[in-house]
Amino acid sequence: MTTATPVSTEDDQPIVSTSDDPKVVDSKPKKKRQFEGTDRKVFLAFVIIPSVIHICIVWIPTILSILLSFTKWNGIRFTGDRGIEIVGVQNYDQTLLGAFQGDTIQAVLNNFWLLIFLFFGPTLLGMLLAYLLDKNLRGTRIYQSLFYTPVVLSLAVVGFIWQNIMYDQKHGIATALFGGGGTVDWLGNQEFIFSIGSYGLSKNFLAILVAMAWRHTGYIMVLYLAGMKSVDAALRESSSLDGCNEWQTFRHVLFPTLKPINVIVVVITVIEALRAYDIIAVLNEPRNTELLSHLTTNALVGEGADNIGRGSAYATMLFLLCIGFVLWYVTNHYRKQENTV
Amino acid sequence: MTAEFQQSPSPSEVGFALGRRDVLKGAAALGGIAAFSGVLAACGGGDDAGSASGTIRVGSNYSNELPNAGLRAALDSLPNDDLTIELNEVDHNTYQEQIVAYLQDPPDDVAPWFAGFRLQALASQDLLLDISDVWTDGLDDVLSGGFKQASTYEGKQYFVPWTYYSWQVHYRKSVWDAIGAVPPATFDELLALCETLDGMGVTPFAAGNDGRWPLMGTFDQLNFRLNGYQYHVDLMAGKESWTDQRTKDVFAKWAELLPYHQAEPNGRTWEDAAAAFVGGEVAMYVIGGFVGSQFPPDELDDLDFFPYPELNPEHGQDTVEAPIDGWTVVANPKNEAGAKAVVGHLGTAIAQEAYLAEDPSVQAPNKNVDTSNYNALQQKSVAAVQNAKNVTQFLDRDTLPAFANEAGQAIADFVSNPDNIDAILEDLQGKAEALL
Repeated sequence: MTTATPVSTEDDQPIVSTSDDPKVVDSKPKKKRQFEGTDRKVFLAFVIIPSVIHICIVWIPTILSILLSFTKWNGIRFTGDRGIEIVGVQNYDQTLLGAFQGDTIQAVLNNFWLLIFLFFGPTLLGMLLAYLLDKNLRGTRIYQSLFYTPVVLSLAVVGFIWQNIMYDQKHGIATALFGGGGTVDWLGNQEFIFSIGSYGLSKNFLAILVAMAWRHTGYIMVLYLAGMKSVDAALRESSSLDGCNEWQTFRHVLFPTLKPINVIVVVITVIEALRAYDIIAVLNEPRNTELLSHLTTNALVGEGADNIGRGSAYATMLFLLCIGFVLWYVTNHYRKQENTV
Repeated sequence: MTAEFQQSPSPSEVGFALGRRDVLKGAAALGGIAAFSGVLAACGGGDDAGSASGTIRVGSNYSNELPNAGLRAALDSLPNDDLTIELNEVDHNTYQEQIVAYLQDPPDDVAPWFAGFRLQALASQDLLLDISDVWTDGLDDVLSGGFKQASTYEGKQYFVPWTYYSWQVHYRKSVWDAIGAVPPATFDELLALCETLDGMGVTPFAAGNDGRWPLMGTFDQLNFRLNGYQYHVDLMAGKESWTDQRTKDVFAKWAELLPYHQAEPNGRTWEDAAAAFVGGEVAMYVIGGFVGSQFPPDELDDLDFFPYPELNPEHGQDTVEAPIDGWTVVANPKNEAGAKAVVGHLGTAIAQEAYLAEDPSVQAPNKNVDTSNYNALQQKSVAAVQNAKNVTQFLDRDTLPAFANEAGQAIADFVSNPDNIDAILEDLQGKAEALL
């Protein structure tokens, strides 16, 4: 997309006049031609500089990562002994079919659980909270602030808070409430709640999901609340005059008008599910809670990170998942817009 | 790839740090002689320090209170006033995690690290400076061959041994006296003891596996007691198989003991497990001597240990796990002469005594360190290492770091679901073949 823009300025060129009086920079029509010459340079600069920066720090590293995923390398020297060695699809063979297959499947599954959970947990709850708070209850501002407060914390901080206050094995609040007087290993218990073959959803991952929901719910709530506030009150009035009950009003009147919010929420949730990393990393990556992002970084950074190739292979998989979603979203969203316009 | 690495030192060939005589000499409070020779050694090693000057940056992962105080005391004892030392303190676990990135563009000249395979992994990547001349200039005289071997990669030395400790079965004397328990010598005695303790409502073994390294210690003990030192070495190098019946036997023995461990160890830190042990709720703890740093100083003399019981008469108790910590110089130090002077100094008896005065949970490798100041437990640890036929480092120091991570995950999976051990080991063997 960025490359398309300079082309369009070239197309604009015939419109731009070419006077060369250097003194005049104000907007008198007579002197406009020179101003537009400068304007064109500025405009080109504004397009080219960010494009170059973007290509250098995003696309070139991305392409290099994809290339590195076909090599074996410890990341220290380019050539010679232990330099970059091209190994073809060996990294993909190992991660998808070979020794690391189990890790990969569990990680992809965890990313999937996270996505599903965020859709059906915090999203629905956030929508419900927004709906209730939209009714102008007494103290609604206080509730709003309370639910929204966790959103200002980074997920890493949320991890520390839940680790020490809620999930402490002995003294945690969750332990006191549900532990039956004993201890509960919330974050270490890697048993599956339900399993598909030798993979599944582990108890400690669910515990982490709940902690993430604590933050994510408030975020979703605010988005829907803002959307609901902007819905024309006449719509609700007319639906109640037509004899709609509360559910029908929500389902057929309010919800359709919230469509722009729904789109934002879908995008945010998918991004959140794919980029999640910090909360699990600060909890020492308990077993069976690894996401694709952890497999990537574990192979790329750290003492045991001796194979840039394998890490890049994981990163490429994550990249393909992201780009797949982005392409699907962009094509669908814009096609629909074109259709409706 | 692994063939070029040497394995854990086998000090049986050359003898470990301290002669038995020296221990006895220390115990007999004839420490004056040892202290005197310590001064001489310090002067010998100090020749370099005399000529070096400028600023030296020393990286430190000694982030806990006592070790930090000890390191500062040791650096303060440097006899060269022309050298200014700046300490760059990094959190212990973070330092280990980031070591490769850190050494590629090191802000410091001198950096702490671990002996053995884990040192060789860094040396083989040219991340460390060859400091063989520091050894010929003085360390050779004060450190035994076992320590030299642990500091060597391809015939060159990259490491100055600084402290070591041993992994043992620790217990509190007062707790054991109260319940009338005695240290078991065989596995059957150990099982019987566990049953008795369990019947009394005391948890036999402490277990905290957060970070996935602490229980590697228990695996190592069971493995070399059952299959011997050579099997440990070969298994770590990928020459023996994790799906071998002998490896499965180790986990079978462990499965018998597992019900006698603190439940659900994977989410508990080793410090939390130590707190239960210090508090007397748990009777035993298989851990390194550093557990002493978790004791209130006035209760430290209540701490004791016994070697892990015999499992196989062929191997008896001939192996002890004694990881060595120490110092390296980064590949391109800003001040090479100064850095060598500092690591040379850290190898001297003066520096190591200064450290031990603050942190008495470990022991010093230097022959001339005055052992009369050692507490009973340090003396015992020294003797255990000295009398061992073989010394290992630790699972995560005796193999490639990438593989150690995988082994740690397998052990966490095992304690969570012991019945699934066959599938876990098959998976781990696949990773061993891919990585080693």
